[in-house]
Amino acid sequence: MKIDRRCFLSLVIGGAVGTTLTPVPWKLTDDIAIWSQNWPWTPVPEDGPSKFVKSVCTQCPAGCGITVRTIGDRAIKIEGQPDHPVNNGSLCPRAISATQHLYGPSRIQGPMKRAGERGQGKWEKISWDEAIKTVTEKLAELRTRGKPHTVACISDTDKNGSSYLLDRFLQAYGSPNFIRTPSSADAQELALYLSCGRQGTMGYDFKNADFILSFGSALMDGCNAAGQMMSAFGEMDKKSRLVQIEARLSDTAAKAAQWVPAKPGSETVLALGLGHVIVRDGLYNKAFIDDHGFAFEDWQDDAGNTHPGYRSLVQDHSPDKVAKVTGLSEKVIESLARSFARARRPVAVSGLGSAAPDSLDQALAVFALNALAGNFQKPGGVFLIDEPDYLSWTEMKIDKTASAGNQQPRVDGAGSERFSHTRYLPNRLPEAINSAKGDSPVQALLVAGGNPLYTLADTQAAKKAFEKIPFIVSFSTFMDETAEQADLLLPHPHFLESYQDVPTPHGMSETVISLARPVVKPQYDTRPTADVVIQIAKNLGGFIENAFPWKNYEDFLQKSLSDQWKTLETQGFWSDSKSRDISLDEIFRTSSQRFEFFPMSKFAAMNGNGDAGVEKIELPGDIAKMPLVLVPYTSMRISDGAVANTPFMTKTLDANVLLENDVFVEINPKTASEYGLSQGDKATVKTRAGQAEVRVNLFEGIMPGLVAMPAGLGRTGFSDYIAGKGANVYSLVAPAVDPASGLNAAWGARAAIAKA
Amino acid sequence: MSTQSDNQTAAAGNRSSGWVVFVFFMIGLVASIISGWVAFPKLLYSTKQQPIDFNHQVHLEQMGGQCNACHFFREDGSFSGSPTLEECKSCHMYPMSGNENEQKFIDEYVNQDKEVPWLIYAEQPPCVFFSHAAHVKGADMQCATCHGDIGHSTSLREYQENRLTGYSRDIWGKSMLRLGEAEHGRHQKMNDCAECHLKETGSKGDCFQCHK
Repeated sequence: MKIDRRCFLSLVIGGAVGTTLTPVPWKLTDDIAIWSQNWPWTPVPEDGPSKFVKSVCTQCPAGCGITVRTIGDRAIKIEGQPDHPVNNGSLCPRAISATQHLYGPSRIQGPMKRAGERGQGKWEKISWDEAIKTVTEKLAELRTRGKPHTVACISDTDKNGSSYLLDRFLQAYGSPNFIRTPSSADAQELALYLSCGRQGTMGYDFKNADFILSFGSALMDGCNAAGQMMSAFGEMDKKSRLVQIEARLSDTAAKAAQWVPAKPGSETVLALGLGHVIVRDGLYNKAFIDDHGFAFEDWQDDAGNTHPGYRSLVQDHSPDKVAKVTGLSEKVIESLARSFARARRPVAVSGLGSAAPDSLDQALAVFALNALAGNFQKPGGVFLIDEPDYLSWTEMKIDKTASAGNQQPRVDGAGSERFSHTRYLPNRLPEAINSAKGDSPVQALLVAGGNPLYTLADTQAAKKAFEKIPFIVSFSTFMDETAEQADLLLPHPHFLESYQDVPTPHGMSETVISLARPVVKPQYDTRPTADVVIQIAKNLGGFIENAFPWKNYEDFLQKSLSDQWKTLETQGFWSDSKSRDISLDEIFRTSSQRFEFFPMSKFAAMNGNGDAGVEKIELPGDIAKMPLVLVPYTSMRISDGAVANTPFMTKTLDANVLLENDVFVEINPKTASEYGLSQGDKATVKTRAGQAEVRVNLFEGIMPGLVAMPAGLGRTGFSDYIAGKGANVYSLVAPAVDPASGLNAAWGARAAIAKA
Repeated sequence: MSTQSDNQTAAAGNRSSGWVVFVFFMIGLVASIISGWVAFPKLLYSTKQQPIDFNHQVHLEQMGGQCNACHFFREDGSFSGSPTLEECKSCHMYPMSGNENEQKFIDEYVNQDKEVPWLIYAEQPPCVFFSHAAHVKGADMQCATCHGDIGHSTSLREYQENRLTGYSRDIWGKSMLRLGEAEHGRHQKMNDCAECHLKETGSKGDCFQCHK
């Protein structure tokens, strides 16, 4: 018997055949499949009893109530809070996916100081004591040198407790430079103040209105107004009509009963044209205007000079003239005006949540339509909501240094003689720094909320300005575009880890305060910005320390919200409809105690400078070289503000919005054919501020001559999962100064497009 | 021609004969069959004892014959599964009987404030979403339909753990080929779910119903 290779092979073959006759291969295949699911890096959902915590999403100014389901110390799912007065259970994808940011890699995990060059991304971990000491020493030094006014603070809001404490800190320290990041609300708030004499927000009772005339407001796009609109739409009478005036078939326009594509930038003229028809045909509310209107007719000032009133101002806005500017037919203008005036409960709304800011005159002209209808302080109309009064306005004493510093002019020019009523001019900050001779007028910048190096118009100019500021502190939760350029990072906890009060959002027609609260324990070594500010104040000592008699932010909130705190703790929000009951006799706090039509003309007359009205903001740039206009738009699926998309949101984008790393711009097929562009083509969009590589999406719903680009993409910060997708439209749109307010009112940017 | 024939003969002389090859084949065949049927199951499963030998029968009598006295639905509708130490402690803070298992439980777990590491016979992988509420409350099913008459057992049977997956042998079932009638609570693979669903609802169900 010879044993050789063949015997061995047959043994193996016999073994293999035999194995197939046993359970081994079949059972092992199944077991290996299950074993592969047990690998330690596979995420496994928590198991255990669930808790539901009521809170509020602070990622955008909408203030939607949320319910967070937690298991143990893990936030599992975020849903809309039923019965919350803002969103009543509805919620946008950004809030729903917020846990991805909470646990994601974009977080700043503890205090750090810059180790390399600015923007190099090299950081050194430091302790909180050291971080706070560094800031304190820098601020103390500037104060000793008599330069407290060279400290500036940028925040995304001036309405909540945290921003109040920052502002208070600057006042006690001696700087007038508290700056709020720009938003579409800026012009609205100013218009409200000028026409009604109130600092606060315009509230619209969308639920009960029977005719909503929206001048490009992003009611159903973006997330700034979406929560309240989704909720209102669910409860609205089916006969109610929404009319959307916008050059692009947005989601709001698609949802509207009527879409009126007027040329962008012509909204002011259109609003005045509608006013013309309403006045001409006597369709305005005479009783309201007689009892509560001022400057509707021509009026005389104390010196006896006559000034034109609203009737005179709209006189030369006849439908034929307006038709030429807006591109609409006279018939449409006439019928819009009549439908609005004849509706029982009409509201006209502008600027709510839109990506491009309104001019002050647009805000005033649209707001004036509500006064023509006389629909103030009644169901289905406009309600005026005051700024929150719950913040503890405890008196404080300041020293001489602070007093001298506070009297210095603001670096952004707000409140100056030229822009006396504008509170903040963030878009003028880069220019003020870049054009300054010698040292930067800002020696230390505290960025507490907001992400100016992403959201400011013309981000390149902003970046250049930031390079001149010797000391930048970022309080950001995430490694955003501004934090990347900072010297010191003092991370604020995520909104699911900390307390934050959220006062009445824009557009809400009743007072609502919501409370974000710690849903889970902090994941990282973070501290609430307000706690850090209180600590810095204590370290600086003297009057500054005395201005902060609170242990920490929670202590401040509890004391400020004394009566409401319990309700907020249990219910998550506190609402009050008292403001709805204020009578028309008491609502207007202007010097005339009435609604003032075209207050700008009044101020212009009184000051003897400025124009009575700026009907159209002209975009800078050469029309011959840049024949198209780039307009930004918002989408509910792209976060257009300070905080970037979650990767989940990016996943929801269609392949004609974002394909891999290319963003699509919408172009009308007509315009595209003029430039030889077809669907999916790569192209370069150029503006004065910069250029971007894009792809082309042919869209019948965009007006010829325009290039529409979504706001919110093209991030460089956050994480590899978020950065590098598309381009940032804000970086392409240079600011266009509204001469009436000083605010940026660039509704687009002149642009050229060429096939790449 | 002749050269070729010579070569073949020479080759045959150098090779093992056909029957030797066959014998080796059979050795391989038989050895693998035996090891596959006898050794493999022993290798695949390790046998473990529960940390405490729990008497369901006694507890069921004491708790009024209701499984849900200990295995209850939480307020949010989710199922609590095995009781936690906290729940056991509500009765067993101190010994209630002279039973040695109870004494062991109190000494080793209650006094040391340690959760009992129960071995769960019906534990499913995390990729499986199973709702007790849908079955017990929605379809009005009895616990015993899936878990067997465990409520009347006086002792916990041994736990056979799959060394590869870490789950109980009960999921696959005792028979390696999954033959024969499914014993209650001893067959809980996906096909078993589907089979019952087909019988009871007319459909095996969709992937996403359980794999969320």
